[in-house]
This record gives sequence, C-alpha cells and structure tokens, in this order.
Amino acid sequence: MAIEVRIPTILRTYTDGEKAVSGDGASLSALIDDLEASHPGIKDRLIDNGDLRRFVNVYINDEDVRFIGGLEAELTDGDQVVVLPAVAGG
Amino acid sequence: MLTIDQATYDAIVAHARRDHPVEACGIVAGPEGSDRPERHVDMVNAAGSPTFYEFDSTDLLGLYRDLDDRDEEPVVIYHSHTATEAYPSRTDIGLAQEPNAHYVLVSTREHGNNDGPVEFRSYRIVDGEVTEEEVAVVPELGTT
Repeated sequence: MAIEVRIPTILRTYTDGEKAVSGDGASLSALIDDLEASHPGIKDRLIDNGDLRRFVNVYINDEDVRFIGGLEAELTDGDQVVVLPAVAGG
Repeated sequence: MLTIDQATYDAIVAHARRDHPVEACGIVAGPEGSDRPERHVDMVNAAGSPTFYEFDSTDLLGLYRDLDDRDEEPVVIYHSHTATEAYPSRTDIGLAQEPNAHYVLVSTREHGNNDGPVEFRSYRIVDGEVTEEEVAVVPELGTT
C-alpha cells in the first residue's frame, strides 16, 4: 500500500529536502506512525497531546481531515495526503 | 531586504484599509527561489477578527496547489494590525511557519479606512527569532 504525502517546506528538514514521501497505514494515525519510522521527529510536529496540532492542516484527497475523522480518518491505497502549516497570527 | 514594486505595495495597503478594523491577510507569490514578489493574492481572513487572522483551510489548500502548478512560493506573507504597531505579535512569531517568506506587517491604527500614511514593515521570522529588514519600494521589479 502506498500513500503519497506532500511535505511543506518547514518539515522538509525531516525528509532530506523531499517535497513528497511515501508511506502507508489504514488511518491517518497509522500513516503518521509509519512516517515517524522513516523520518524521526516528524510526528511531534504534527501531533500534540495525542491530537493533530491546531495550526497544522492535513488533507486527504483535498478534504480537511478535521471534517472526516481527524487522526482516525481512513486511508486506502493511492490516496494523497497534503500537510500544510496554517497561515495565521494575531 | 524586501524589494517590492509600487503597485503591489499599494494593493496591500489598499487591502488593509478596506478590511479595517478586521485584520487583512494575503501573500505575494513569486517563482521558487527567486525572492521576487510578483503576484499579489489577497486572502479572506477566516477568523474575521481585529486581533487574529487565519487563511481558511480550503482556500489554503487551493492556494498551495496553485503555487505548486506555477512553481511559485509565497515570497511575502502579509497581514495588518488594526490597533497596534506593525511589529509581529507573540502569536505571529509562534505561528510563523514559512522560513523563506518575508513577513510584512501593515498597521492601519492611525487612519483606519481612510487615506494617510501607514506603517509598512518587513521581517524574517525563523525559529521564533524576528529580524526586521529594510523595505525598498521600486517603480517596477527589475528584470532578471
């Protein structure tokens, strides 16, 4: 099973500069664990206290995962995941 | 240093004035690695707040897909402060996640929706460290 994950600039330090990496998992949570195995440190940038960080957006096939189950969102072979830092401030 | 053309500068200031007292936000895109702010994109402040801004998550995805297709990146990320100076707030610093961008702050606190001088300042924000930089407004960006 292969899922393409698009990595934003700020997280490419964990992927040797790669813009996209491949991972697998039946849920977003499993995918992030799989990414952590190949790119140590990345999980902590996505998850805080067991939940997705508020200012990191994750999309599965263009859907914001917050609306489709968050970390429990299901994944299947060929899905595309996009990670984007929020653009926000005060 | 941020070098920006007069028309883009004016468009950012006009956006900030128009949206006052809500914070205005947007980007200026340019070819990847070029450091040339060429294409102004004004964004909706999904927070609709005088003290906070956030790009809507669907708009954000659309924006980055568009940038990808054009081999562009956000060269400038701007927003306005409507009651305080044009300096990054603690929130701005904590949430800055584009290490290659010039973070532009415009303050409309003096004149609000009306004409008159505004503060327009630019910063690099990397790993929580803020460095102010000079802003050069030129008639047009030079050719490369």
